[in-house]
Amino acid sequence: MRRPLLGLAIVALVAAACSNSSTTAPPAATGSATQTAQQCAAGATLTTDGKLTVGTDSPAYAPYFQGGTEKGSQWDINDPNTGKGFESAVAYEIAKRMGFVPDKVTWVVVPFAQSYAPGPKQFDFDINQISYSAKRAQEADFSDSYYDVNQALVVVKGTPIASATSIADLAQYKLATQLGTTSADLIESYIGGTAGTYQTLRDAVAAVNAGQADGIVVDYPTALYMADPYVQEVKNSTVLAQFPTDAVPGGEHFGTVQAKGSALTPCIDLALQEMKADGTLQAITNQWLSKKTNVGQVPLWSK
Amino acid sequence: MTQPGDRASDGGAKERRRSRILRGFSLKEEGAKAVLIATVSTLVVLGLLAYAAVSSPYWPEFKDEFLNRQVFAESFPDILRAFKRNIFYFLTAEPVILAFALMLAVLRSLRGPVFFPLRALSTIYVDLFRGIPTVLVVFALGFGIPTLRIPGFPVEGWFWGWVALILSYSAYVAEVYRAGIESVHPSQTAASRALGLSRWQSLRSVVIPQAVRRVVPPLMNDFISLQKDTALIAFVSAFSAEAFLKAQRISAGDFNFTPFVGAALCFLIITIPMTRFTDWLLERQRKRRMAGGLA
Repeated sequence: MRRPLLGLAIVALVAAACSNSSTTAPPAATGSATQTAQQCAAGATLTTDGKLTVGTDSPAYAPYFQGGTEKGSQWDINDPNTGKGFESAVAYEIAKRMGFVPDKVTWVVVPFAQSYAPGPKQFDFDINQISYSAKRAQEADFSDSYYDVNQALVVVKGTPIASATSIADLAQYKLATQLGTTSADLIESYIGGTAGTYQTLRDAVAAVNAGQADGIVVDYPTALYMADPYVQEVKNSTVLAQFPTDAVPGGEHFGTVQAKGSALTPCIDLALQEMKADGTLQAITNQWLSKKTNVGQVPLWSK
Repeated sequence: MTQPGDRASDGGAKERRRSRILRGFSLKEEGAKAVLIATVSTLVVLGLLAYAAVSSPYWPEFKDEFLNRQVFAESFPDILRAFKRNIFYFLTAEPVILAFALMLAVLRSLRGPVFFPLRALSTIYVDLFRGIPTVLVVFALGFGIPTLRIPGFPVEGWFWGWVALILSYSAYVAEVYRAGIESVHPSQTAASRALGLSRWQSLRSVVIPQAVRRVVPPLMNDFISLQKDTALIAFVSAFSAEAFLKAQRISAGDFNFTPFVGAALCFLIITIPMTRFTDWLLERQRKRRMAGGLA
């Protein structure tokens, strides 16, 4: 007689113990239009008080991050802390405009999927070659564009695909892409080819080197880097063509990612506005994403 | 409580009922009171868990990212279509695994010093592939072999992922078979030898059929496990998207995790009926063994 009731009580206690209570609440948006970026950021709640925490994924690929890594670094290939590379430079400049000197900027490794996962974020903003889309903007905050991007195709010299001369010629081939990029959609909708999505960029490159894929579609700056005669991540490769920026409907641009409703989003936008107005953003782009390349002129193919 | 001298059929029935409760779900002969307690208990637990989930501060965000009705409706048809590849993978892998593993188990059970290298090879194979995590084997074969560009070998990643699953699962299934073979009483072998059957004939006609029949439930267990592990092929197959890779693609594109819930649902639709079928098989086996005796 006693046992069933005792069992019931234990069950209730266990279930109650499983319920959790959290003390954080989502941040509220602040900021007005006539402030400077610094004034705007002064009122925002940060992940760590007094410091700006910036996230990006590891490995950090060139030309967006450069300068290599030291032993013990959390990053593979390049370390954002060096300040070298397009996105590293942009991030430090945004931080400066918001009133954070380089010493006050901390970088954290944020795997791509965690940049938009629900829950409190471990970063204030994430910069990782993330393309804006209206659907994505429903789940996370995007800043304005810091780079209008287009995509390009890297192939191995001497293979059948290397003799293609137009987009129509490309439809029969299998092209590799990295998971999370808009390249797969471009391949399927714009080119009409078959897209293969690999877990990481390095896997996609290995696939082209192994002959599993006929070519790889990446953003134009990465393509220039990959096929650079001194780099040749894809062996014996060349950039066959680049595609117009509106090959992705509505155009494609990179933006930083913040938690939905983050107080920092208007501040970052103000910083970018200032950087565009006084030419700093263009200077950074020219320095790290030079159109003068070792690959030569890359033709633009459009439909 | 039954007294030592009390062998009334009533007391025996009560004992049977109590031991059936302890064994699991069966509430049929329980009585209304127990059913009521079970219902109340379930409602309390579910209610508390639901309350805990819904009252946590990030619940609206969680619901939007994981249980989003619109994203589910848009992505589920694509994921279901991609799931056909998973079905292809496990339906084609299973016969190969069953055959290969049986061979491994038989090799290991051969007696006599002349068969030592075969026994050793089988043991080494099983130890190796039971010891290495399946995901590592999938990675090693799926990435390694295409890179080697061996002429004549397929270069598609999914094929080597499929081979990796077969290699890995054969090791587990071989052990299941071996347990079955060793559970057949040695008197069976002795009797068949006495009847004039050779060692090989008695193995083939007497021992193995009994062994395999005994281990059907564990074999089904491994089959269900294989069905889930076809998702690992996502890591090495880029061009032929199965359910998990499809879910990853849609999820990364929309910044939403609901496609994964859709993929999980696809797997559950297949595995849950199989699990219940395996339970029924086990129950039927148990009834046959205890035919007529006390439960």
